[in-house]
Amino acid sequence: MSSTEVAIEPRVHYLNVDYGIKSWLLTTDHKRIAWLYLIAITFFFAIGAVSAALMRLNLVEPQGLVLQPETYNKLFSTHGIMMIFLFLVPSIPAVMGNFLIPIMLGARDVAFPRLNLLSWYVFMVGGSIVTYGLIAGGVDTGWTFYTPLSTMYLNTHVMTTASGLFIAGFSSILTGLNFVVTIHKMRAPGLTWFRLPLFIWAMYATSIIFIIGTPVIAISLALITIERFFHAGIFDPALGGDPVLFQHLFWFYSHPAVYVMILPSMGVVSEVITAFSKKKIFGYHFIAFSSVAIAAIGFLVWGHHMFVSGQSIYAGLVFSALSMAVAIPSAVKVFNWTATLYKGSISYEAPMLYALGFIGLFTIGGLTGLYLATTAIDQHVHATYFVVAHFHYVMVGGAIMGYMAGIHYWWPKISGRLYPDGWSRVAAVIIFVGFNLTFFPQFVLGYLGMPRRYAVYPPEFQTLNVISTAGATILGLGYVIPLIYFAWSARYGELAGPNPWKATGLEWTISSPPSTHNFEETPEVTEEPYGYDRLAEEIQVA
Amino acid sequence: MHNTQTVFYEQFDDRTQQHEASSLGMWIFLATEIMFFGAVFTAYTVYRNLYTVAFETGSHLLNTPIGAFNTAVLIGSSLTMALAVHAAQTGKRKRLIAFLISTMILGGVFVGIKFFLEWTHDYHEGLAPGLHWTYAGPQSSHVAMFFVFYFVLTGIHATHMVVGEGIMAVLLVMAWRGKFSPERYNPVEMFGLYWHFVDIVWIFLFPLLYLLGAHF
Repeated sequence: MSSTEVAIEPRVHYLNVDYGIKSWLLTTDHKRIAWLYLIAITFFFAIGAVSAALMRLNLVEPQGLVLQPETYNKLFSTHGIMMIFLFLVPSIPAVMGNFLIPIMLGARDVAFPRLNLLSWYVFMVGGSIVTYGLIAGGVDTGWTFYTPLSTMYLNTHVMTTASGLFIAGFSSILTGLNFVVTIHKMRAPGLTWFRLPLFIWAMYATSIIFIIGTPVIAISLALITIERFFHAGIFDPALGGDPVLFQHLFWFYSHPAVYVMILPSMGVVSEVITAFSKKKIFGYHFIAFSSVAIAAIGFLVWGHHMFVSGQSIYAGLVFSALSMAVAIPSAVKVFNWTATLYKGSISYEAPMLYALGFIGLFTIGGLTGLYLATTAIDQHVHATYFVVAHFHYVMVGGAIMGYMAGIHYWWPKISGRLYPDGWSRVAAVIIFVGFNLTFFPQFVLGYLGMPRRYAVYPPEFQTLNVISTAGATILGLGYVIPLIYFAWSARYGELAGPNPWKATGLEWTISSPPSTHNFEETPEVTEEPYGYDRLAEEIQVA
Repeated sequence: MHNTQTVFYEQFDDRTQQHEASSLGMWIFLATEIMFFGAVFTAYTVYRNLYTVAFETGSHLLNTPIGAFNTAVLIGSSLTMALAVHAAQTGKRKRLIAFLISTMILGGVFVGIKFFLEWTHDYHEGLAPGLHWTYAGPQSSHVAMFFVFYFVLTGIHATHMVVGEGIMAVLLVMAWRGKFSPERYNPVEMFGLYWHFVDIVWIFLFPLLYLLGAHF
């Protein structure tokens, strides 16, 4: 395994082919656009993280430590809007998807490079408007914008924020469209559907959700703006409107959006698990089709957010059953990853630590989702911290763990350099510990009846809240460490060479960082992905 | 690596691949448009079911003959657009320019009638909820809701028409400069798909808004 070859950086690559701010802001190179997204979403993540930190700080005292209740309402809204719409939804697709999809397909770029750049600008315009709304005074609707609260009662910057999100939505639509066309039409010779890496299957399923779901949230936010601006009845019951209809339209996008956030991470985990257990993936077809199944069934479960909103109990029954059904393809993935690990030669570099963390935490998040899909239990824990803990186990324990796994796995390809191995493992462990300390107590709090979104709480919940805040502090530290060593390694890190992990996949056959057109000549694919068995044989022979 | 006379972008291997990619991209875009309009159609259907009588009352306040005339104008523009695509395919530059101009004129007539003869009129009649609402008949707030949907749906549709007019202006300049040939007419064909889609949306809007409770 120990290669003595010295890693050499290619003389000209996509990072140094051109310098200056213009060469970045007018680039159509998918790899540079990935960087533009990476910088933007890291900024939005920071805003979301700071608002979470302030909330946790406030919750140390039952009566609130530092914040007015109105400020608290604005902070949880900011946290949700930033983290979901402007960080998690674009995170893996726009950064790693942009960087890797053309390379994994053996293509020179995505199908529509200029459209790709346009979608970044659209994202930035939308994101800037949302950020302006926050600076100008913020919103206190929560990220859900429920009517008639959002349209008739609140005097905050609802219209600005909703308009910003409306615009940012078109960025998702254009990205999804670009990816689907690229995956259909830009595959290298011999790269059949079942020779595609599972990351591509996950991105394909994600893109389908972008395409079908995002237009619905866009028009729903537009309708809110219209109702608010003209005081014209659409959802307001006083004017004959139906607020539950808004919830239907909202969750028709926003539940599938949960799968937009988790499916890409599942794709990353499939790549990382195989690379660090040096084994062919177990059950390739099952994992591939389970991604498509999650996207398809995921569109039919939105009503489980509305068990207590006054929808018909028969609708509730159907939505409950379908929500149970969507757990099956998710479980299929978990079992297949576990089977892949069996008798593998496992090593515990940072990407693998995050991927293993993902499997455990996603399983907890997914199983508690089944509790919530059970109508009777949902009556009890609806809108409590149990729900908060559940979706943070999926969104942070799942989606962000997958994001971290992916960034660490492909960083040598993206930057051409290695990050400090020891620090990266330490950070992964700190994040895992901090995460569980933050969110596990919230399951208990919710079960005991502490409602979400309240600035104050009864004194008997204080111990668990202090533990949770302590955990959030550790988690925050865990996020700062990678930020520092990634920034350091981009300049001073050791050169990585084309394939530092000895992994399979087209992206590891080209130089790090890649050249602008990725491949010297279009590769021809002759075998299925994850050929680690063959790789092991070759090493043995050598 | 490439022939210097190629007429496709560097990310593609050949023209067939480029053509297939842009067709698929356009169809996917139209699918997102269906979802975009679909959400409003859904909301419309829910309320029409709840307030059937009020929605019929609102529908009768619209000017059906003008709506029917506009429908004919739009179908005519679809025909000229189809002929423009055919002219581009066969490389007939003058015919292409003529049909693009006729499509633009017909589209302009539609938007003009919509704005000056219908919306302005509705506004003066006090049929614009939130801006000028004086209708005092029974179920006034539910009739107002019909008009909210009328303005939202026809407003989004007209926005699509105006965007289409802008794109056609660009295509016209390109056609004028002889940028299209039987080898390269992709933009015209793709825009044709968009224009037909906008027409089809109107074909659904016309009966849903103008013909409620109509008897012939």
